[in-house]
Amino acid sequence: MTGDSDRTPSDRVDVCIIGAGPAGALVADRLAARRHEVVILEAGPRFDRADRIERMERSIRPSHDLPSVWDMGGERDAYTSTGEWFYPLNNSRVKGVGGTTLSWQGMVMRLHEVDFEMRSEWGVAADWPIDYEDIRPYYGSAESALGVAGASDNPFAPPRESPHPMPPFPPSHSDARFAEACERLGVATHSVPNARNSAPFDGDSKCVGFGTCKPVCPTDAKYDATRTIEKATDAGVRVIDRVPVQRLEHDRSGQVIDAAVYVTPDGETHRQTARQFVLAAGGIETPRLLLLSESETYPDGLANSSGLVGRYFMEHLFAGTGGIVDWRTRQNHVGFLTSETHQFYDDPAAGTERGIPPADAQTAAFTPIKLEFFNYAGPSPVGLALDSDIWGDELLESLRDAYGNSIAMGGLVGQRPRKDNFVGLDSSKTDDHGNPVPRVHWRVDDVTKRSIRRANEIQETILTELGAELTWQVGPEETGPAFHHMGTTRMGTDPAESVVNPRMRTHDLDNLWIAGSSVFVTSGAMNPTLTIAALALKLADHVDESL
Amino acid sequence: MRLTRRDALAALTAAGVTVGGGALFLSTGEPESTADGTAEHRLDESTVRTLVAAAEVLYPSEVEGTEEFVTSYVQGKVEERPDHGRGIADAVDYLDDYAVAWYDAKFADLVPSDRDEALERMNADTAAPDPNGSDVERVRYFVVNELLYGLYTTPTGTTLVGLENPRGHPGGLASYQRGPQS
Ligand SMILES: Cc1cc2nc3c(=O)[nH]c(=O)nc-3n(C[C@H](O)[C@H](O)[C@H](O)COP(=O)(O)OP(=O)(O)OC[C@H]3O[C@@H](n4cnc5c(N)ncnc54)[C@H](O)[C@@H]3O)c2cc1C
Ligand code: SF4
Repeated sequence: MTGDSDRTPSDRVDVCIIGAGPAGALVADRLAARRHEVVILEAGPRFDRADRIERMERSIRPSHDLPSVWDMGGERDAYTSTGEWFYPLNNSRVKGVGGTTLSWQGMVMRLHEVDFEMRSEWGVAADWPIDYEDIRPYYGSAESALGVAGASDNPFAPPRESPHPMPPFPPSHSDARFAEACERLGVATHSVPNARNSAPFDGDSKCVGFGTCKPVCPTDAKYDATRTIEKATDAGVRVIDRVPVQRLEHDRSGQVIDAAVYVTPDGETHRQTARQFVLAAGGIETPRLLLLSESETYPDGLANSSGLVGRYFMEHLFAGTGGIVDWRTRQNHVGFLTSETHQFYDDPAAGTERGIPPADAQTAAFTPIKLEFFNYAGPSPVGLALDSDIWGDELLESLRDAYGNSIAMGGLVGQRPRKDNFVGLDSSKTDDHGNPVPRVHWRVDDVTKRSIRRANEIQETILTELGAELTWQVGPEETGPAFHHMGTTRMGTDPAESVVNPRMRTHDLDNLWIAGSSVFVTSGAMNPTLTIAALALKLADHVDESL
Repeated sequence: MRLTRRDALAALTAAGVTVGGGALFLSTGEPESTADGTAEHRLDESTVRTLVAAAEVLYPSEVEGTEEFVTSYVQGKVEERPDHGRGIADAVDYLDDYAVAWYDAKFADLVPSDRDEALERMNADTAAPDPNGSDVERVRYFVVNELLYGLYTTPTGTTLVGLENPRGHPGGLASYQRGPQS
């Protein structure tokens, strides 16, 4: 991609999209295919593809911190974390064309039917105003758009109509051992759908096993949203990079947005007008921009007559257990997962007849749990070598001791929507344009902690069945976020209880739409981006209808 | 376990010389002047000699062919990333100054046990690698970790540990599926 140095606004635009992550990219691509004039305003830069290997090296070598791999940090990205739990915001997002998919892992699964009906099915949290059937066709299109390698071998997955666009990655050596142990315990394992090319796809190469998918895939084998942006650009979409939108301005009636006000790198301020505006700035910056866009008519921020913009911030929490075994586990060849189990998703309390004990609480006392079998357990030799204070033969000997017998399971645990977890503004600190920084106020509550403990218990049983000596565990006290920002502009039919309607248009403004996981009502425990993509395609249909 | 030019090329692939940035000197393994005729970015012979001398103590004794490997690896990388090359050259200068001050000889002219001792004496073993740090932190980054990165992101280096397709090396999708015997 080459840079467009003209950063003046476009004339006569149908749709202005804010944010060039997967959500914004997919909306743009879909609308351009319907012959609408679309412009995307993106805060970060277009990264040069040729630098990817250098970024990969930075990610492996100590002395470069993780956010710096994609140039995150500094005044532009300043934030505060004020909740009971620290939130490492800049580890969890990337600003630039492609958005956070530049550093993501690329696991892409559909939410389960129950995720849309938590109130009806489990009697907790809230139901979505749409159900699985409403987005089911969009999931299929999203899988095509993201290039998913997967199989229909998951007995717990919701119904699907057609196979994935690419075959799944074959299981790893350790997957096979996990599968045997799980079978003895009555636990079914299955493949992981990956947004990663198991075969050449759409002109992009097949995965070659660099093993550094997260935070950098040096080839184009892992999907990132630059792929969609390129398609959208070919279809006529204009992408203006390095132009953070400062605020959205509405007309005198307060019913419609007139313009997105943005600043260029040389400090000029411009107004991009359009008929429709789609906010796709990620789960943190989307509510922040709404709050920053306060006006006389909307003193509490735009689209915020419910007072809920920024509220109900949710994350997925990591639960993990690992150990060592007396066989070679062959880890760290690739940087992605090939097997998992959703057996404890719809009912985390249920045990199995052959060895997983049932929980000592009801299903409703938990959140969904997804369990994964690692392909990168334990240390990688290069990581150890670069951190080591020995070298030569001594180093080789210590690497031989440390590498080879590690095994581990990971997993995600959902979090319920809680009003007291929120993204707000912190006026005591400003970014490089003088705007109050985002404030993340977050904690891990008891239900989530109980679910993490449950995940750990199942992991321990499986690893013990495999003969592992357990050496570490990430439980409720050590857990951290999976970097999935959800819930901050929730969807609903009641304008007093939600920010956007089921078509993802804000209740308050006729031409303002929101794409991304901020509209999620509940979190589930599936990585969110396939659902983000499906909702983006649905939103594009609604915007198209309105034009 | 012999390192070969193939390994250097593999390491260079991991360092960006042949993937992403377009193929450079894959055909010969030697750095060439760039297509547009601008100046070559090469490390001088004495810098390379010093790096080879350092690799001889940093690499395990089972590794052979160090000279050819290090030469191809660092020259190839510097060709792509001139700033990085300047960092390496400066760190190597410091290493030589240090060796002259303590041992009255350039680093490459010391016997291996003295090279090992010199690196330890300056604390390159415990220093934090930092490309913008103190002299020793830069030696750790541009010499010690540079050379270890080259070795342990290639199959030759990590096969010694039992891993044929390490992080940072595009070794395909077959190895992760295989059990230890095959
Ligand atoms: C390490 C890591 C691993 C992950 N792994 C997975 C995974 O395996 N599976 C999965 O489903 N998800 C994963 N995710 C999450 C996934 O990356 C996100 O869900 C996804 O990228 C969100 O898409 P988005 O388009 O809504 O937002 P983003 O991708 O964050 O894009 C938002 C864009 O908006 C831009 N923007 C923000 N504010 C403004 C403004 N004011 N003006 C203009 N532009 C603005 C940003 O610069 C950014 O480019 C992972 C995330 C991380 C960090
Ligand atoms: S293993 Fe990951 S980093 Fe390597 S090519 Fe495949 S997707 Fe990219």
